[in-house]
Amino acid sequence: MTPVSSAAATGPDTAAHALRPVRLPRRWLVASLAILLAAVLLGLTVGPAGLPLRGVLTEIVGLVPGVHLDGGLDDRQAAVLWQLRAPRVVLGLVVGAMLALAGAGYQGVFRNPLADPYLLGVAAGAGLGATFAIVSGGNRVLVPLAAFAGGVLGVAATYALGRGVGGRSTNSLILAGVAVAAFLTAVQTFVNQRNVDSLREVYGWILGRLLTAGWDEVLTVLPYIAVSAAVLLAHRRLLDVLSVGPDEAGTLGVPAARVRLVVVLAATLGTAAAVSVSGLIGFVGIVVPHIVRMLAGSSYRIVLPLAAALGATFLVVADLVARTVVSPGELPVGVVTAFVGAPFFTLVLRSARRTW
Amino acid sequence: MTALTAQDVGVTLLERQVVDGVSLSVPAGTWLTLVGPNGAGKSTLLRAVSGAVAHSGTIAFDGVEVARLRSRERARLVAVVPQDPTRPEGMTVLDYVLLGRTPYIPYLGTESAEDLAMAGELLDTLELRSLSHRLVTELSGGEFQRSVLARALSQQAPVLLLDEPTSSLDLGHAQQVLELVDELRASRGLTVVSALHDLTTAGQFADHLVLLADGRVVAQGSAQEVLTEELISAHYGARVRVLTDPQGGVVVVPLRPGRSVREIGGVA
Repeated sequence: MTPVSSAAATGPDTAAHALRPVRLPRRWLVASLAILLAAVLLGLTVGPAGLPLRGVLTEIVGLVPGVHLDGGLDDRQAAVLWQLRAPRVVLGLVVGAMLALAGAGYQGVFRNPLADPYLLGVAAGAGLGATFAIVSGGNRVLVPLAAFAGGVLGVAATYALGRGVGGRSTNSLILAGVAVAAFLTAVQTFVNQRNVDSLREVYGWILGRLLTAGWDEVLTVLPYIAVSAAVLLAHRRLLDVLSVGPDEAGTLGVPAARVRLVVVLAATLGTAAAVSVSGLIGFVGIVVPHIVRMLAGSSYRIVLPLAAALGATFLVVADLVARTVVSPGELPVGVVTAFVGAPFFTLVLRSARRTW
Repeated sequence: MTALTAQDVGVTLLERQVVDGVSLSVPAGTWLTLVGPNGAGKSTLLRAVSGAVAHSGTIAFDGVEVARLRSRERARLVAVVPQDPTRPEGMTVLDYVLLGRTPYIPYLGTESAEDLAMAGELLDTLELRSLSHRLVTELSGGEFQRSVLARALSQQAPVLLLDEPTSSLDLGHAQQVLELVDELRASRGLTVVSALHDLTTAGQFADHLVLLADGRVVAQGSAQEVLTEELISAHYGARVRVLTDPQGGVVVVPLRPGRSVREIGGVA
C-alpha cells in the first residue's frame, strides 16, 4: 500500500553515506505545489464572468510592492477577482488544508485510518450551534460564532465524558464522541422539527459551502487555522513515534497522552474555525491523507505537509465544480467532495491490507 | 554497584493486586531473569520498572527513583524490548531504529547526523544494514526482533528490559538473540532484566533467577537453587525432571503423568 520511503533520498550524508532516513520527497513537494498553483489560477479565472488568465496573472504580480504593470483587468473584472473570486479561493485553500491536516492528525493520535476531524463531536456541536443561530432569526453574522462555540463545546463534552468513563483509553474517547454526537444531533433534529421555516437554510449550512462576502470570513478564521496548522505540522515526527502505540512510545520517552491532547486540541480548534465559515464539508479529512499515504509514503513527515497542500487543492477544485456544474445555480461543495469521497472511501477499504 | 533496586513494589490493576511486595536488587552488568507461571506478574513488574504502570513502593536506577523521572529522562536510563512490539505501517528499519533516539531529540526537533551515525553503527552490529531500507512489516520474525533490539540499544540506556524476547522465535533465532544480548551485556556493561517462559533457557542466560507466583517472589538465586522439581511442581502445577548437564547447567524436562499415557494409548 505504501512505497518504500527510501525514495525520499535527500543526498549523501558524510556521517553515514548509505543511510537515508525518511524525509519529505522534494519531487512530491514540488508537484503538489504546482497543482496547487494550477488549481488557484483555475479557481480565479473560471466562473460566470470568465477572467483572462493573463490579466489575472498581471494583477497578482502587481501585488508585489514596487511592481507596476499595465494590461491587467478592467475595474469590473478587478472587482470580480478581488472581491468575489480571491476571497472564496483563499477560503477554500485554508479550509481544505485545515480539514486535511486535522484528519491526518486525528488518524495519527488515534492510530485509526478512518478517524476524521469530525470524530469527537465537532460536527454535531457546530451543527447544533449553527442551527440555533439560524432558527433564532438573528443576525447571520452570528452563525459562524455559534458554530465555532458549538464545535468546541461538543469536543469538550466528549473529553469530559470519555475521561469520566474510561480514563485515558482511546476507545472510550471515541465512543464518548459517538454518544455526544448522537445526543447533539437529536437535539438539533428536534429544534429543526419545531422550526420548519428555516429548515432549508440549516440544511444548506450542514451540506457545506464556501460563501464569502469579501475578506471578512478569511480574516476571522485565519489566526485560528494558522496556529492549529503550525502546531500539527510541528508534531509530525512525534506522530511517527506514536505509530508504535502509546505504551511503546512511552518507553521511548514520549508522553503519549499529552501529545494526543495537544494534537486533538489543535485539530479541534482549527476544525471548529473551518466549520464555522464553511459548514460541514465531509471526506476531505479522510480522503486526502489517504491519497498522500498511497502515493508518497505513510510517515507523518510526508503526510502532514502534502495533505495540507493537496487538501487545499482538492477543496478549491471541488468548489470550482460546485459553482460551475449547474451554473447559474450552485451545488453545496460538501456534495461534490462526498461524491468523490464516498467511492474513494470504498476503494481504500478494499485495498487496506492492514487490520487496525 | 547496584544498577536497579526495587523495594516492596506493588501494582494493582483493575482492583487486583498483580504484583505484591516485590523487592529486588540487580548489580550493574548482570542479568536477572524473572520466571513464573502465566499471570505471576512478570510482565507487569517489568512494566512498572519501565514506568508504564503506576506502582507502590520504590523502584530506583542508581538511586534515582523512577517515579520522579520525566519520560524522556527515564527513556535514557531504561530501554524496553516489549513482548509483542507493534510493526508500524510504512516504516523502514532505519527509521524504526532511529525511534530509539527520541529521548535525545528535542520535543519538536528532528534526528541529527550523530543520531544517524549511531543508528548506522547498530545496524552493523546487528547485521541489519542490508535491510535498512526494507519496511518493518516485511521482515521475518528474527529480523524484526533484531530491529527491536537495535531500537532499544540506540536509546543508550544502561538498563535493558526484555519481556519474553524470544516468544515469537524458533529455537535457533531465540538462541541467536539471547547470545547477542549476552555479548552486548558483556561488551557494554548493560544490566539486563528479562522475563522468560522457557526455564532451561532462563537458567542458561541469567546470573540470577527470580521465581514469581501470584505477584510475590517465592524463590530467588542461581538456576540450581530456583529450578528444582519441588518449586516447579508447586508453582507451575507441572511434573518435571530437573537434570544437570555435564557443563553444570540445569535442564528442565517436562514429564507426562503415566496414567494419561495409558489412556491416550487406548490400552485400558
